[in-house]
Amino acid sequence: MEPRDARNILEALLFITEQPVPLKAFEELFAGEFSRFDLEKMVEEIVSDYQARGSALELREVAGGWQFSSRPEFAPWIRKLFKDRLTYRLSASALETLSIIAYKQPITRSEIEEIRGVEVSAVLDTLGERRLIRIAGRRESVGRPLLYGTTPDFLKAFGLKQLEDLPSIESLMPPQAEPQSQLPLETQPQTQAESTNEGVPQP
Amino acid sequence: MTETPRQMDVSLDVFEGPLDLLLHLIKKDDLNISDIPIAQITQEYLGYLDLMKDLNLEMAGEFLVMASTLVAIKAQMLLPAPDALEEETGPDPRAELVNKLLEYQRFKEAAGVLSVYKEKAKDIYYRAIPPPFSQDDFTLRASVFDLLTAFKRVLDQAPREIGQILREEITIESKIREVLDLLEAKSSVAFEELFSGGCRRIDLIVTFLALLELIRMKQIVAMQAEVFGAIRIYRADAAPQTPDVIPAEAGTQNLGLGPDFRRGDEQESQA
Repeated sequence: MEPRDARNILEALLFITEQPVPLKAFEELFAGEFSRFDLEKMVEEIVSDYQARGSALELREVAGGWQFSSRPEFAPWIRKLFKDRLTYRLSASALETLSIIAYKQPITRSEIEEIRGVEVSAVLDTLGERRLIRIAGRRESVGRPLLYGTTPDFLKAFGLKQLEDLPSIESLMPPQAEPQSQLPLETQPQTQAESTNEGVPQP
Repeated sequence: MTETPRQMDVSLDVFEGPLDLLLHLIKKDDLNISDIPIAQITQEYLGYLDLMKDLNLEMAGEFLVMASTLVAIKAQMLLPAPDALEEETGPDPRAELVNKLLEYQRFKEAAGVLSVYKEKAKDIYYRAIPPPFSQDDFTLRASVFDLLTAFKRVLDQAPREIGQILREEITIESKIREVLDLLEAKSSVAFEELFSGGCRRIDLIVTFLALLELIRMKQIVAMQAEVFGAIRIYRADAAPQTPDVIPAEAGTQNLGLGPDFRRGDEQESQA
C-alpha cells in the first residue's frame, strides 16, 4: 500500500470517530505494513495539511489519542446553533474534589473527605454524571470502599493529552514563601489552540 | 479569593469547608501557616461561626468539629509542658492541623490550575459525545407521547388483575389533589413515583388522567433530560428553565436550574 493511501485511510477513520483514536489502534490496523513511526508521521502530515489550508477543523492529540475538533474561534457559532453543547461550569468544590481525584487516583470517598475536610458524596455524583470521574474498583480493605478515578472525558474537557500533563503536585506549593506567580501554567495543554480570532465573524 | 474591604472585618465568601475558612483567615492576617497563633485564629474562627449563625447560613457539621479541634489544640498549648515528665514534650499539637492545611492548600491550587485548563479547552468541540448534562438537568418538555410511553411501561409492570373487581368510584379530582399534595411537599417527583401508590390498574389510569389534566391546566410540567429519557414532574412554579439559560452557574448545589429547584427536601437525583 502506498503511504498516501494509508494516510487517507487514517483521515477517514479520524473523521468519523467519536473518541480519540490512539496510535496503537492504527498500528494494529496496519500490522506490519507501517511502523508506529510511519503512522505518527502520517498523522502529523494530516495535522499540518489542515493547518496549511486554513481549515475550520484541526486534528488534535487529546486523551491518549487523536481526534478532529473544530477550531476554538468557531465556538460561539457552535453554541448558538447547538444549545446542548453549551459548556458547563464546575463549582469550586467540584474542582477541588476533581483535582484530588486526578492526583491521587484511585482514591476512596473518605480519603477525599479527609483532605477536603467536608463531605463530598453530592459532588461525586455530579462529577460522575458529567462523566469526569468513574468508579475504578474497590479497595480491598474493611468495607471494600469504592475507588474513584478520572475518565478520558476528563482529559478531553481539560485539554490534556494524558494525566502526566498535569503539573506535579509538589510544584503547586503556593504563596507562603514566594508570591504566587510560579504556577507552571505555561507547560501545558495543547497550546496550538492559541490561534486567535483571525477574521472569524462573531455570531 | 478577594480581599475584603478594611473597615468591615467580614467576608461573605462562601467557604468550601472549615479548612478553607482557616486558610482564608491565615491569608487575611498574613500569618505563617506553619506557626499559627492558635489563640488568635481560634477566636477569629469562632467569630465567623457566630456570624454564619447570625446570617442563618447553613453550616455543615464539619465547621463545628474543626472548632472543637482548635479549642483542643489551644488548651493543649496552654497547659504547661510537664517538665518533670520528659516524655510529654512531644510533637507540636498543631502539627497535624498544619499538615492538613498544607495539603488542602495544594489541592486548592491544583483546582485553580484545572479551572485554567478548562477555560482554555472550553471552545474546542469534538464530534458529538453525549451532552454533559447531569441527570438533574431536566430541561426538555416531555411530549404527550413521551408521557404515554412512560405510562405504558408503568402499566406493563403493574400486576395483572385477577377476577372480579368491586365497582368503586375513583374520581380524577381526588387524584389531582393527591398529585398536588405530593408536589407541595417536594417540588418535583419522578414520573414513576406518582404511580407507586396504587397497584390497581384503575388507580393508575385515573392518576394518569389527572396528570394530563394538570398539565393542561398548567399546574405542573413534565420534563426530561433527553429525548426518550426519564420524566420528572415539576410543580409549574418550580420547573427548570429551558436550555437557553442553562450555561452559567452549573455547580454542584445549583445545577443551573433556577433558584427554586432545590426547594424543600427535593434532593434526590434519579437512580
